[in-house]
Amino acid sequence: MSNFAVMPIIIPLLAGILVAFFHKKLHIARFLSKLFIIISFAITSYMTYIVFTTGNLVLETGSWPAPYGIIFVADPLSSVLVLTTNVLSVACLFIAPKLVSDEKESYFFYTFAFLLISGVSGAFLTGDLFNLFVFFEVLLMASYGLIVLGGNKIQLRESLKYVLINLFSSVVFVTTVAFIYAVVGTVNMAHIAERVQEVEQQGILTTIAIVLFFVFATKAALFPLYYWMPRSYIVPNPVVSALFGALLTKVGIYSIIRIYTLIFNVEVSYTKQLFLIIAALSMIFGVIGALSTSNIKLIIAYNVIPSIGLILLGLAAFNTAGISGSVYYLVHDMIIKAALFLIVGVIAYIAGTANLKEMGGLIHQYPALGWILFISAFVLAGIPPFSGFIGKLLLLQGAFEGEHILSIIIALLSSLLILYSVMKIFIQGFWGEKNERIERKPLAGHVVPIGFLIFFSIFLGVAAQFVYPYIDVTATYLLDPELYINSVLKE
Amino acid sequence: MEFIISILAGILFAAGIYNILQKQLLRIAIGTGLISHAAHLFILTMGKLKRGQPPIIQEGITQYTDPLPHALILTSIVISFGVTSVVLVLAYRTVNENATDNMEQLRGSEHE
Repeated sequence: MSNFAVMPIIIPLLAGILVAFFHKKLHIARFLSKLFIIISFAITSYMTYIVFTTGNLVLETGSWPAPYGIIFVADPLSSVLVLTTNVLSVACLFIAPKLVSDEKESYFFYTFAFLLISGVSGAFLTGDLFNLFVFFEVLLMASYGLIVLGGNKIQLRESLKYVLINLFSSVVFVTTVAFIYAVVGTVNMAHIAERVQEVEQQGILTTIAIVLFFVFATKAALFPLYYWMPRSYIVPNPVVSALFGALLTKVGIYSIIRIYTLIFNVEVSYTKQLFLIIAALSMIFGVIGALSTSNIKLIIAYNVIPSIGLILLGLAAFNTAGISGSVYYLVHDMIIKAALFLIVGVIAYIAGTANLKEMGGLIHQYPALGWILFISAFVLAGIPPFSGFIGKLLLLQGAFEGEHILSIIIALLSSLLILYSVMKIFIQGFWGEKNERIERKPLAGHVVPIGFLIFFSIFLGVAAQFVYPYIDVTATYLLDPELYINSVLKE
Repeated sequence: MEFIISILAGILFAAGIYNILQKQLLRIAIGTGLISHAAHLFILTMGKLKRGQPPIIQEGITQYTDPLPHALILTSIVISFGVTSVVLVLAYRTVNENATDNMEQLRGSEHE
């Protein structure tokens, strides 16, 4: 039974290797990748079902008991996130034959995509800090492959910066793991959590906590470490952008949630202040970035930053409402960001440009796409009854209970500006005179996967009464680290 | 012994970061290599350096070497080896395509 915990890592890994053999025969590669992602989705759903009905799945590899062996833990948070990863990967891999050129597909696009999914799932599921580093490297390696796919001038320039910044933060991560090992003598997360309470010198733990936050904040693109993110996310193919925007930064914020609810939860007071300030500044600067540009891809890439800030706000509040808001918003944001990156990818594909000033009147030829963009702008900004509203409501409720009034005001204002920045795409791109230059292209294969994501997103909001109990269970679980420790160390 | 190695790791970190802050692409690549070496030395030192001891706990043996840092460092070396080769290839292609190895000129246009 506990072997299910490793399935979301192994299935994409095997699929990636298998697909690599058919890189010249694209029809087989496409069929296999669709087949495998659906199998992975089905198995992950079943795993999530088991986790929520019977409790955590803990896999001890080679039957070595927990503090000594390598472990994988499928708990409510990680299984929910792995399930979301699989949902959006289904959409991305189904739209890929339409949006990715045949040449790029034949240069191992599917292999890299599957390795990325495998690495992300691994980062969510691992119960070992060093393995978290290893899975970060697995997903980054796959992302290096995806970001240079195509290899034009601008792409190479931006991907070089992307690789260097991630390489540097990985080295800092390894150094921090060495610090932790020196202080507590273990790298198993549950074991660390147990031992940090016995450490006499709390000062060194403060240093470790802040350095770890620096590492994950770089990966999550929080203020002031977001500068590398927007430009490197818009240079690759739209499907790759969707995978990056939906998964990579979210792995960073997941690690922050995991580490600060499990290990460094005793020292909430000073991290709380730091998180509040950084969350507020991320919201402000992300929105300013989104408003400052007329490149539609860049608008969406900048919108990643305020949403990470919002999730951090929930963690800063550190109460049930705040944490459940963070988890809800994380799930919502992964899906809607993937959808939005795909939508602007399709818009740029039909308009032949990503510059808003050269577009207009698309609604005459593509009404379905226009309305999908309209709905997703509402979902993103959190207009009821969509999923963004439920997430934001919980987040703000959490912040209100913690009496962080200024952050609430900033969050609400930034939501309004987020709505404006995405509506700008709708107004300038879709309204206006019919543009004769743009020829009609068939879009059925593009709209269906995006529609699938939007459907999921609307389901999260409208059917909140079915979804919320699970999120609530997750939040209560996260606030009691003993549950995680006991399920791993079995005491 | 730990003291000397820690200082060595610190020097490597400093040299690596100095190189990363340069404009020339090759020096940045070398700098990343240096800081990963520093990190590896650091992991090794954190497991306490003891010579001539077995890495196994047995009856009657009180002094033993900690095997875990070696497992960690091996993984980390392999990863950084892979990443360094990716960086070098990527840097080579970038220099060829953009016809410059100066990071100032690789900034990208601000008004795209």
